[in-house]
Amino acid sequence: MESLTTDHNELPRVRYTRSLPTPVPPADSVIRSNLAGVRHVLLVLSGKGGVGKSTVATELALALRLAGKRVGILDVDLCGPSIPRMLRVQDSAVHQCNSGWVPVFAHQDKSISLMSIGFLLEKPDDAVVWRGPKKNALIKQFVSDVAWGDLDFLIVDTPPGTSDEHISTVEALRPHKPLAAILVTTPQAVSVADVRRELTFCKKTGLRVLGIVENMSGFVCPHCSECTNIFSKGGGEELAKHAGVPFLGSVPLDPQLSQSLEDGRDFIQEFPKSSAFPALAHIAQQILDGTPRSS
Amino acid sequence: CPNQRLCAAGAAPDPAEAAELRARLRSVKHTVLVLSGKGGVGKSTFSALLARGLAARDDTQVALLDIDICGPSVPRMMGLEGEQVHQSGSGWSPVYVEENLGVMSVGFLLSSPDDAVIWRGPKKNGLIKQFLRDVDWGEVDYLIIDTPPGTSDEHLSIVQYLSAAHVDGAVIITTPQEVSLQDVRKEINFCRKVKLPIIGVVENMSGFICPKCKNESQIFPPTTGGAEKMCQNLNISLLGKVPLDPQIGKSCDKGQSFLAEVPESPATLSYRSIIQRIQEYCELQHSQEEKII
Ligand SMILES: Nc1ncnc2c1ncn2[C@@H]1O[C@H](COP(=O)(O)OP(=O)(O)OP(=O)(O)O)[C@@H](O)[C@H]1O
Ligand SMILES: Nc1ncnc2c1ncn2[C@@H]1O[C@H](COP(=O)(O)OP(=O)(O)OP(=O)(O)O)[C@@H](O)[C@H]1O
Ligand SMILES: [Mg+2]
Ligand SMILES: [Mg+2]
Ligand SMILES: [Zn+2]
Ligand SMILES: [Zn+2]
Repeated sequence: MESLTTDHNELPRVRYTRSLPTPVPPADSVIRSNLAGVRHVLLVLSGKGGVGKSTVATELALALRLAGKRVGILDVDLCGPSIPRMLRVQDSAVHQCNSGWVPVFAHQDKSISLMSIGFLLEKPDDAVVWRGPKKNALIKQFVSDVAWGDLDFLIVDTPPGTSDEHISTVEALRPHKPLAAILVTTPQAVSVADVRRELTFCKKTGLRVLGIVENMSGFVCPHCSECTNIFSKGGGEELAKHAGVPFLGSVPLDPQLSQSLEDGRDFIQEFPKSSAFPALAHIAQQILDGTPRSS
Repeated sequence: CPNQRLCAAGAAPDPAEAAELRARLRSVKHTVLVLSGKGGVGKSTFSALLARGLAARDDTQVALLDIDICGPSVPRMMGLEGEQVHQSGSGWSPVYVEENLGVMSVGFLLSSPDDAVIWRGPKKNGLIKQFLRDVDWGEVDYLIIDTPPGTSDEHLSIVQYLSAAHVDGAVIITTPQEVSLQDVRKEINFCRKVKLPIIGVVENMSGFICPKCKNESQIFPPTTGGAEKMCQNLNISLLGKVPLDPQIGKSCDKGQSFLAEVPESPATLSYRSIIQRIQEYCELQHSQEEKII
C-alpha cells in the first residue's frame, strides 16, 4: 500500500477567489476538539460517477434529521460539488469563528450543517482546476478547521474513484474517529465493476462497509405503471452477496426525487408517498440500527 | 501571464519529452476529447460509440484511449474485458476490436476485476504520459479520448501532453438537469482556460419514452432549460440530444455496439447524426489548417 502514504508536499496556500479568512494552522488538540463532538462518520462512496452518491448523502441527512439526529455533511467533491444546490444553500458563504470555519446551516430550521467548496467560489461556474496536492490541502483544512459542534452523524460526500480525495479524506479523518462507508451503485455491470474496485479500496484502508445501495433500480411509468429497468436491475444486490456485505436496498428511478433535488426541497418530508421514499427511509433506519447509540 | 496554459498545467514537459510525444502523435490526424464535469452522464458510452461509428468505415483508422484510471469502463463497453496489453519492439500494442479500431485502457493492465488503482495524481499522470508516448497506434485518423469527470490531474495532464500535437477539440457530455449542468459549465470554463476548442455539447438521457404507453417522462428534468439553454447562453453548439434507452446499458454491459444492435432506434439515429457532425467539424478544421500551411 505504498500509494497510501501521506503526501509530504508542503501545504500549498489554497487560494480562493472569494476572500476568506485564513485560519491559523490548528494544533492537533484543536483538530480533536473540532471533531470531538461528532459521534459517527459515514463516507458515501462509489467507484462510478453519477450513481447517486450526493443524492444518497442528501436524503440520508434529511431522513436522519427527521429522526431527531444532529447531522452534518462534508462535501469533498471539489471539482463538482452538488450538495449546496441539493439543499438550496448554493448562495451561502462560510464565516469564521474562534474555533475555525462555521459551516453553512441548511434546511428551514438550520438543522443540517454543511461544508463544501461551493461556498468558497466567487462565481458558481468557476472551475476548480487543481491537482492533487491542492485538493489534499483543502480536505485537510475541511477536516481540521470546521467547527462542527455536536453531531450524531457527519456524512461525507465524495467524488467517484479511489484517488487523492479519497485517500486524503480517509487519512485525515481516521485518526479521530472510526469510519464507516456506504457504497452506492446502479444496477448495470459497468457500474458494479467500478464499485467492486471501491470495495477493494475499503478493504485496503480498513473502512467498515455498512452496506451497498442499488440506486436507479427500475422505473415505473407514471402513466401506465409499466416498470422498465432502464439501467438494468439486481447488480447491486448481487455484488453485496458476492462480497459478503449487507445490502441496504434498491432505490427506484423517481422523477419526484430528481425534481426535488433540482429545487433543493426536502423530499423525505414532502413526498412520503413517492416510489423512492420507502427504500430511502429503510436505508436510513438500517444506518440508525447499525450504528451504536453511544460511542 | 503569457504562459498561462502551461502554468495552469503545472510543469511543462521537458524538451526531450515533448519531442518524443510529438514524434509519436505525428501519426495521429484528429484528436477528440470527451469531457464532462459530471459523473455518469455517458462519457464512456459516447466515446465507445463515437469510436465504433467512425470505424464503421473500413478506410478510417480509429484509436480509443481511456484515461479514466480509477474507473475504466471502456474495456467492458468494447467487449475487451480480461484482455492484456502486449509489448512490442515499437511500444505497447493496443488491443484491437477490429483491424481499424484499437483500444488502450488501464483496465488491460489489471490482473483481477477486484484490483483497485489507489493512486494519487502523479502516478495517474505518469501512466497517461506513458499511454501517449509508448502506445504504438500506427497511422491513425481519429484518436478519441475518454476521461473521468472533473477538472483535475487527468484533465490537466492530457491537455498538457497533447500540447505537442494537434487537438481538434472537446465534446462535452451532459444530462438535462441543473445538478449536471452546474458541473458542466465548470468544465466549459476549464476548456476556455486551457484554450481547448469545444466542438459542441451532447445532451444525453434526455427524456424517456415508455415502451408500453409511449408517453414521455422527464426522469432528469431540464429545470433550467437543459443543454439547449446553456449552449445558447454560452454560445456553444448543441450537437444533439440522445434519449434514455434501456438497450444502451444492455449493449454496454455485453460489450456490443448499440448502433449495430438497434440500428433504427431514435437514440441510434441521434448518435449517428452527432457523430457525423463531429466528423465534419474535424475535416473542416483540417482542411482550413492545410490552407494556412
Ligand atoms: N433514484 C433516483 N431517481 C431519479 N433521479 C435520481 C435518482 N438518484 C439520483 N438521481 C439524479 O441523478 C443525478 C445524479 O445523481 P448524483 O448527483 O447524486 O450522483 P453522484 O454519484 O453524486 O454523481 P457524481 O459522481 O457526479 O458526484 C442527479 O441529478 C440526481 O438528482
Ligand atoms: N442514453 C442512455 N440511455 C440509457 N442508458 C445510458 C444512456 N447513456 C448512457 N447510459 C448508461 O448509463 C451508464 C453511465 O454511462 P457511462 O458509464 O458512459 O457514463 P460516464 O460519464 O462515462 O461515467 P463516469 O463518470 O463514471 O466515467 C452506463 O451504464 C451506460 O450504459
Ligand atoms: Mg456527487
Ligand atoms: Mg466513464
Ligand atoms: Zn407507460
Ligand atoms: Zn503564469
